[in-house]
Formats: sequence, C-alpha cells, structure tokens
Amino acid sequence: MSIQDAPLQHNHPDSLPPALEKTIVKSWKAPIAYGIFSIIAILLFVAFGREGVSGFRLSTDSDFVQIPTIEAPTRATGIVLTVLLLALAAYSAFLVSRNRPVRLWITVVFAILFLVAFLTWAAAGATIPVPGLLVGAVGLSVPLVFGALGGVISERVGVVNVAIEGQLLAGAFVSAVVASVTGQAVLGLISAMAAGVLVSFVLAAFSIKYFVDQVIVGVVLNVLVTGLTSFLYSQVLTKNTDLLNNSATIRLPRLPIPGLSEIPILGPVLFRQTIIVYILYIAVAVVFFALFKTRWGLRLRAVGEHPQAADTVGINVARTRFWNVSLAGAIAGLGGAYFTMGSVGSFNKEMTAGAGFIALAAVIFGRWDPIRATLAALLFGFASNLQSVLSIIGSPVPSEFMLMLPYLVTIFAVAGVVGRVRGPAAAGKPYIKS
Amino acid sequence: MSQPTVPPVESGPPAASTPGSNDASVAEPRWHGVMREIVGGSAMISVLAVVLAMLAGGILIALTDDKVTAAAGYFFARPGDLIKAVWDSVSGAYTSLFQGAVYNFRRPGFIAGIKPLTETLTFATPLIAAGLGVGLAFRVGLFNIGGRGQMLIAAACAGWVSWSFELPYGLHLILAVAAGIIGGAVWGGIVGLLKARTGAHEVIVTIMLNFVALYLISFMLKTPGLLQAPGSNNPKTPAALPTAVFPDLLGPQFNLHWGFIFVIAATVYVWYLLNRSNLGFQFRAVGENPNAARVAGISVNKMYIYAMLLSGGLVGLAGVAQVLGTVTTGFSSGIDAGIGFDAITVALLGRSKPWGIFFAGILFGAFKAGGFAMQASEGIPIDIVVVIQSLIVLFIAAPPLVRAVFHLPKPSGVRLRRPRTQTAAVTK
Repeated sequence: MSIQDAPLQHNHPDSLPPALEKTIVKSWKAPIAYGIFSIIAILLFVAFGREGVSGFRLSTDSDFVQIPTIEAPTRATGIVLTVLLLALAAYSAFLVSRNRPVRLWITVVFAILFLVAFLTWAAAGATIPVPGLLVGAVGLSVPLVFGALGGVISERVGVVNVAIEGQLLAGAFVSAVVASVTGQAVLGLISAMAAGVLVSFVLAAFSIKYFVDQVIVGVVLNVLVTGLTSFLYSQVLTKNTDLLNNSATIRLPRLPIPGLSEIPILGPVLFRQTIIVYILYIAVAVVFFALFKTRWGLRLRAVGEHPQAADTVGINVARTRFWNVSLAGAIAGLGGAYFTMGSVGSFNKEMTAGAGFIALAAVIFGRWDPIRATLAALLFGFASNLQSVLSIIGSPVPSEFMLMLPYLVTIFAVAGVVGRVRGPAAAGKPYIKS
Repeated sequence: MSQPTVPPVESGPPAASTPGSNDASVAEPRWHGVMREIVGGSAMISVLAVVLAMLAGGILIALTDDKVTAAAGYFFARPGDLIKAVWDSVSGAYTSLFQGAVYNFRRPGFIAGIKPLTETLTFATPLIAAGLGVGLAFRVGLFNIGGRGQMLIAAACAGWVSWSFELPYGLHLILAVAAGIIGGAVWGGIVGLLKARTGAHEVIVTIMLNFVALYLISFMLKTPGLLQAPGSNNPKTPAALPTAVFPDLLGPQFNLHWGFIFVIAATVYVWYLLNRSNLGFQFRAVGENPNAARVAGISVNKMYIYAMLLSGGLVGLAGVAQVLGTVTTGFSSGIDAGIGFDAITVALLGRSKPWGIFFAGILFGAFKAGGFAMQASEGIPIDIVVVIQSLIVLFIAAPPLVRAVFHLPKPSGVRLRRPRTQTAAVTK
C-alpha cells in the first residue's frame, strides 16, 4: 500500500500541520513489508521449493476461445518470481530514499506476483482451475463489497457501522421471502434494500437522535437481527418452505453479457454473473465518483470529518447523517440479497456467517476509500475461496491457516505495518449541536 | 494516531447523577424530586426496558402462532377466540419460561421444583464472568468484542491442563483455572498491546482475533497430539480428568458447580478493583477522559494493556467455567456458545458496574434456562430470547426513548413533552 493518498487526504480541514509534515516524512513501512514478504518467498519458494510441474487451467469447457493449460516447472517458476519480488522491493526502497511515494500499483503487482508464486508452489504436481478459482472468489466477494461500500458511506458521514452484518442478514431474509412469495426478482431486490434501510433507521435513530454509542447500537442490532431472522426462520419459514423459502423461485438466473462473456478468463469470471453482480460494478463506480467528485460527496465527507464546520456553513448534520446511513443500509441490504437470490437460493439461519465483520475489516483495510475497500473485499473473498480450491487439490498448508489469513492481514494492516490507517475524524462521535 | 476513540460507554445522559445542579428541585418540595428520581431514574428505566422487551417478544410470539393466525381468520365472527388464542400462546410461553428459569410448580417437592433456579445460576456463571470482563474494559473506554476468541483460547488452555496432567484434587483444579485465565488474558492482552503501541482500534482487532482463535482451535481440534482426543476422528477433545472438574455446589442432583463461587469472588474482586484500588481509579480516569488522565500523569497506554489483560482473564474465566463446569466430557469449537457476545449485552444491562453485571448475568441466565424449557414445552424457538435480550439493551441504552414511551418525567425536572429543546436538554 502506498503511504500517501494525496488526493483523498488533502482536504481534511484540520490537517494543516500534518499536510506540511507529510511532504517531508519518509515511511519505510512499505519497503520493509515487501522485504519481509520477499524473505518469506525466498524461504518458501526457493529454499523449501517443491519439485514437480504446476498446471494452470485457463479456460472452462464451454468457452468459445480455448486456451491450453499452462504447465510450469514449480521450482524454476518460484525462483523467477522471487527475483521479481526482490526487484520490486528494491524499487520501492529506492523510491522512498528519493522521497517519492510508493504507489498503489506496486502493491497490487507485488501481491499478484506473490500469489502466483504461492499458487505455483502449492499446486506442485496438480492443476489449478483458474477460472473456477476466480469465479468462486468473485462470488464470495460480492456481499463483502456491498457491505464495505455501505460501511464506507456510513463511516465517511460519521456513523460507525458495525451493523453491516445485520443489514446483510436482514437483506438476505427479506429478499428470500419476498422473491419467493411474489416470484418477482425486482421486488426481492427492492425489499432487500428496504430491509437494510430499516436496520439503518434504527442505527441512525439511536445514534443520531438519542446519542447512544454507535458501536453498541451496531453490535446490539446484529444480535437483534440474528435473533429475529432465526426466530422467524424456525417458526414461520420452515413450516411453509414451498411458499416462503422456495429456492426455485428465489434464485436469479445468470445473464451472460454477449461478446464480453467470451473473453478468455475474464469473461466467465466477470460477465457470466447474475444481475446483482452487474449492479455491483455500477455501484462501486458510482459511489467512488459521487463521494469524491460531487457536492453530495463533499458534504458527506465534511460532516464526517468536522461536523461543526459543516454545520457552520449551513449543512444539516443530523439530516445528512440520517439519510446517508440509510443509503448505506440500502447498499448493504442489496449485498444480503446476494446470499439468497444470487448464490444459495434459500434462506438459512445465520447464513451471513460473519461476512459483515469481514466487510467492516475491508472498510478499514481499504482506508475508508470505496476502491481500496472493494480491493480489500476481493482479497478476502479470494483468500477464502483459495482455501477451498487448495483443499480440493491437496494443499501443503492446513486450510484453517488459509482461512485465518485475511484476519491476520487485517490485524497487521490496522496495527500499521502496511500503512497509516486513519478514519474519518468524527466517526463514532455523536454531533451535539450547542 | 487519530483512531476514533470509543466514548465512555455509560452513554445515558448523566442527568441522574448530577441532581445538585438542577434548579428545578430547588423550587419544588424535596420529596417531589426524590419521587422523580425513582420514577425517571436508571433503575426504573431498566425495569421498564425489560417490560417493553417482553411485550415486544409477546407480540412476536402471538403473531407467529398458528392458532392465533387461525383465530384471526374469523375475527369478526368470534373475536373472543382471537383474544383467547393470543392469551394462551403468550401466557403459555412466558409461564414455561418462568418454570424453566425459577421454580417449577408442576414437579413434586421443593428439590425438584427449585432445580430450574439452579440451572439459571449455572447458565449465569459464564455470562457473569464474561460480562465482568467486557464491563471492566468498558470502564476504561475499551470495547472488547473478542469474548469469543478469549473464551476459546482459555477453554483450550484450561482443557489441556485438565486432561494432560495427573495431579491431586484441588491443585489440579487451581492450575487448570489459572491456565485458562492466563490464556484469555494473553489473547486479550494482545489487543491492549496493539492499541497501546500502534493505536490499532480494539474493536477491529478483537473481531479479527475471534476468527483467528476459532480457526486456530479448529485446526488444533483436528490435529492429533494437540487438542484432539486420542483414537478419535472427531474434532473433539478428551474429557477432563475428575480431579480438574469443578465440584458440585449443591450436591449431585443439581448441575450448579463451584464455578459460581469463583464468579462471585471475581465480582467482589472487580468491585474492589474498580471502586477501592489505585489501579481502578486510574482505569476509571482513563475511561472518563484519556486526555485528562494523561495530563494527570497516568500512563494511558499502560492502562489499556492492563485493562485488556484483566478483561481477557475474566472472559477466560467464562471459558474455564464452560470447560471445567458445564461441558466436562470434551468440547468442540462451539464451546463458547455465543457467551462472548451475550456478555456485551450483560455488561450493558449491568451498566458496567460489577454487581449490576452480576444480576444482569443472572437475568440472562434465567432467559437462557427458561428459553430451553420454552422451546421444549411450547415449541417456540429459543431465538426469541435473543430478540428479547437485545431489545432490553437497546431500550436501556436510550433512556429518553423509554421515558417517551411511558410518558415519564425526566429526572432533571424538564418535561419531555416540550417539543424541540428536548434533545438539547438530554445531553446537558
């Protein structure tokens, strides 16, 4: 991760001394982190490299353009990639020594190279179905990305949103019931958003009107939604599954986009998805644009950074917070619909299984930026899917450690190894107009 | 580090605690102010919150009852039927809740009748311990959502000691308990250390450590030689040796064990720590205002580390109570049973005060014990208990809401009905 994200942080109203300081401060965190990972790479892929041939299958059987499976000798590939990693680490150190920022793309390239090296190492003597791996990763990421977008909006406006889990679960439950009863996918999606908004209303009302600690409301809301949906599931849904929780009517069809869906690798991964995923692409772009390029976004961020200043220039802080938290709930609720309508097809007790908390981690890991948060969510989705693919081909790493990885990475990120993590200044603080 | 700090948790306006500053009580007769304190004060709010939540739960039970739905179908022909069906379903549910939690009149004799109460205390034991941990962290301004991870690590440590060594009675138990508490303390201490050193937000770190602990324990549970029972393929541990198990407190016919005594001791200790000791004073100072505490010469970072160590240790005691008291025949990764999260609601209900948490834990223990009875006899899913508990906490967290529902006066003497100034008055 780069240390500076200049365009985002320069408009903090209270950051005049840090802004001056930032131009001269050198941070060696990124090169050090790259160095550590390079050493791991040397140990794992070179010193303890495995012999054999690693295969990567790049096409699915139904593809129009068939690409042959790539066969790579495991140890040689590992050595080449490790050299590249070392080169990148050296380049970042060079940049820092010249007081130049380490850009995001270096981190992305570094991460991808490390991943490919790791996959090559893990797949010695086996073949990894790359499209399958990526399709699964996108599938697991979709609710995380929606949740993270909701989290970003909510926290940018100054309300800490721990209730993402509850919003996802409420969206999943309501969308399943509505879609099952009416048979209308659109109604299902709209109702999922309404459910998310409803959870947000409670969060907003308690935190903005009654000044209750936002984290507490969020945690309690998660428990409340979990209890409510589980109760209604056992008491109502299970008694009439055909009408209320029928996967045949709930699940959305996959809509391949003509042309785009035939692109090798990318086509099956990105363009043979359900409508929810296409909405997601649009949502990420819109949220990013709106947050940083429109008046609405400027006001939103002002309220989250310095509500008093925003109030002074005539922005209604309470109203801005209330409606934007509601919007965040709508987005997260849509993510909940993906659990039922997009993937599983029917509602189950506690089916979100902590996804909301991972989305929250993605928000912080992504430093309250929609694009970075999306990338973080994709990383988490990828890591959990990698675990299942590796356990199928027989990986040398116990699956539990793969599952642990995103959480450990987040702890490192939050603890500042990867970069400075700084949230909106007024997030979590109720604004009490005097 | 400009991490958003969690504000002091006793979020209710401290209006009740500053009666001296309100001028309304000067103008009125003194008893009037006292009366208002009782009716509008925090104890009354707690009781009313419970009432409101039970009411909401009752509505939910009635709405989802088949007989009620059937009777509603011919409401205009025979409205009495609907009322009777609603009464039957709600009163049946709450009667069985009571009988499962306090005293069962249907059973012969006092011993059999009082058994539900001892079950309540058994369920309450880990809830109180974990609630004390969460509440202690609250008082220092820290939010410990990591109960699950701390309990799992503590359970693993205590469990491992309980079956790996052959030691005499007494010593073995004490060692196992100590191992569990240390395990929980270390897992909590990591959070405090990270917060103190790097400013990492404890909410995120505890959530993440929950998952890390879960996967770590799952890995150890299926790896022979670590936690898995020898000769078994299930992810389950061996049974604890009898020398390490908490003895029965009231004899073998009840499940209540000595863990309850440990928990009472822990409550006394936390009370002493917070209210009478030097360390507790520093804790509370940091919790009230970290900047002021720093100016006064208190090392805030040290307090964060100590608080998370203690908090993790207390939550660890909950894990110990589970492993050495409730589930002694070997456990799996679900041993925490959601207690880490319930503890947050317990601590909130108890307003982060040791004895408040003690009684809140007993109340939630009663809900849990009664919930199982209700599920067995009335077929109402136990999840309703979760709904009621979370509603209680929501209502308690927002006293103005409860006052508005019941048209209660504010303790400070300002009537709620005054339209716009209300929010401003609340925060003063």
